Amino acid sequence: MTLSIFAIVLVIIIAFLAGMEGILDQFQFHQPLVACSLIGLVTGNIEAGVLLGGHLQMIALGWANIGAAVAPDAALASVASAIILVLGGQGRYGVSTAIAVAIPLAVAGLFLTMVVRTLAVPIVHMMDNAARKGDIRRIEFLQIVAIFMQGLRIAIPAAALLFIPASTVQTILNWMPKWLTEGMAIGGGMVVAVGYAMVINMMANKEVWPFFVIGFVVAAISQLTLIALGALGIALALLYLNLSERSGFANGSNNTGDPLDDILNDY
Amino acid sequence: MEHKIQLTKKDRLAVAWRSTFLQGSWNYERMQNGGWVFSMIPAIKRLYTTTEDRAAALKRHLEFFNTHPYLASPILGVTLALEEERANGATVDDVTIQGVKVGMMGPLAGVGDPVFWFTVRPMLGALGAALAMDGKIIGPILFFILWNLIRMGFMWYTQEFGYRTGAKITDNLSGGLLQKITKGASILGMFVLAALVERWVSINFKSIVSKIDLDEKAVVDWAHIPSGTEGIKQALIQAQSGLALTQEKVTTLQNNLDQLIPGLMPLLLTFLCMWLLRKKVSPIIIILGLFIIGILGHVIGLL
Repeated sequence: MTLSIFAIVLVIIIAFLAGMEGILDQFQFHQPLVACSLIGLVTGNIEAGVLLGGHLQMIALGWANIGAAVAPDAALASVASAIILVLGGQGRYGVSTAIAVAIPLAVAGLFLTMVVRTLAVPIVHMMDNAARKGDIRRIEFLQIVAIFMQGLRIAIPAAALLFIPASTVQTILNWMPKWLTEGMAIGGGMVVAVGYAMVINMMANKEVWPFFVIGFVVAAISQLTLIALGALGIALALLYLNLSERSGFANGSNNTGDPLDDILNDY
Repeated sequence: MEHKIQLTKKDRLAVAWRSTFLQGSWNYERMQNGGWVFSMIPAIKRLYTTTEDRAAALKRHLEFFNTHPYLASPILGVTLALEEERANGATVDDVTIQGVKVGMMGPLAGVGDPVFWFTVRPMLGALGAALAMDGKIIGPILFFILWNLIRMGFMWYTQEFGYRTGAKITDNLSGGLLQKITKGASILGMFVLAALVERWVSINFKSIVSKIDLDEKAVVDWAHIPSGTEGIKQALIQAQSGLALTQEKVTTLQNNLDQLIPGLMPLLLTFLCMWLLRKKVSPIIIILGLFIIGILGHVIGLL
């Protein structure tokens, strides 16, 4: 479908917010659930946007930048795939193709992030100079410039995509054979595991593995909603913390408030 | 006695709001330093009046800094308290301030990642996404509102806590509290992640393992079903009482696997991904590989 000027401007603003948030990580405008739904909303494709957001969110659940590990970029993936979904005009039937398109975009976004993070180095050097002069306004201005660069990182590719005629996007999407789109949808179902694996690798240790086992077994009871599972998980965590505190093993030997430890130290 | 310069609540709110942009100039050299000085500016303006003092303060806060973006708030609070003392003549030198910042940023980042990125966001995200995949608009709205309420509340109150406690905060936090929070979050996170693996990683093996001809008595008695709506009714009643609809019982590989334990293949796939990640295979490569497997598997009829 072809978009009105008004819708195009709104989509570019959303893309800008997503780009900013991709680095700030505060309001979460870059998360697929939010970005795709918003783009769906302003272009009159709310249902398809929400569906795409939900599916992509499941894939991106474990994507977080920790230390040196770089996760795929959720911002470009959600914004660009939502735009392609809207231009393709297939509504909810275009969702699985859009998901498949999103993944390579997440990789492209990663390189753009690295470029901008490198460009920020001269900016902080300019801040150093301003600091020497006690020029507060200039530091503020430079910080805003840096944030704008992050916004443009997504807004520019989004604007470029919007200028491709909808008919071209549709031709390409229609050209894709059925076995390819179906196969990519199947791949999308499996890709979810990668994000989870990233997070589990970060948290797993001997002590918490039993809770993984309980969670896995209990999840098979389909009557339990996610909220119910969350409540169960919180209850288990509290139980464990309280019990282990009482038995004195909670924090090992470095806990000074531990009576057992004091007794042992006395001997 | 000279009047004491104090930060007003408005100043502290301005610092909290600006800390939203902490990562805005994230760079490979000193990471969050630009955002940190940007956040401190309302306090610097209030506490120091001469250009020299301001220049010194700005330089002091442009040093290397990096932590979890939300856990920077308690550190900001402590730094505000220290700067306030310094502006009032106490001997708080640059080394003390930088020492407090560096001393706190490591342990606090270690709490922020498991709590926010590995527990709260996956939980709220999965909740919202599950609703969204049913086409419910409340999904994204719920995620957005809950997340931001938690985030803003956390940032403001921990900053105030840091400001009130000052440098003593390290004593408060080292008393096992941080370890407890981290452990609690890990337990909850592992529990919920396991549930997510079971429910949302999907592999469906289509290959047919066996086709069995069922006994005639196990199948809906189609020969004696009357026509019309009455017939549909009878057929449904028979099917509900446990009779099969067709003569052949098709068992796919998936049926067999689900009988062992539902979600076994998603679990094994997750373990495979974990193993590959530990072998330093890039997540991007794994993701692309899985798409290729999906397409190939579909073409040959396995998936």
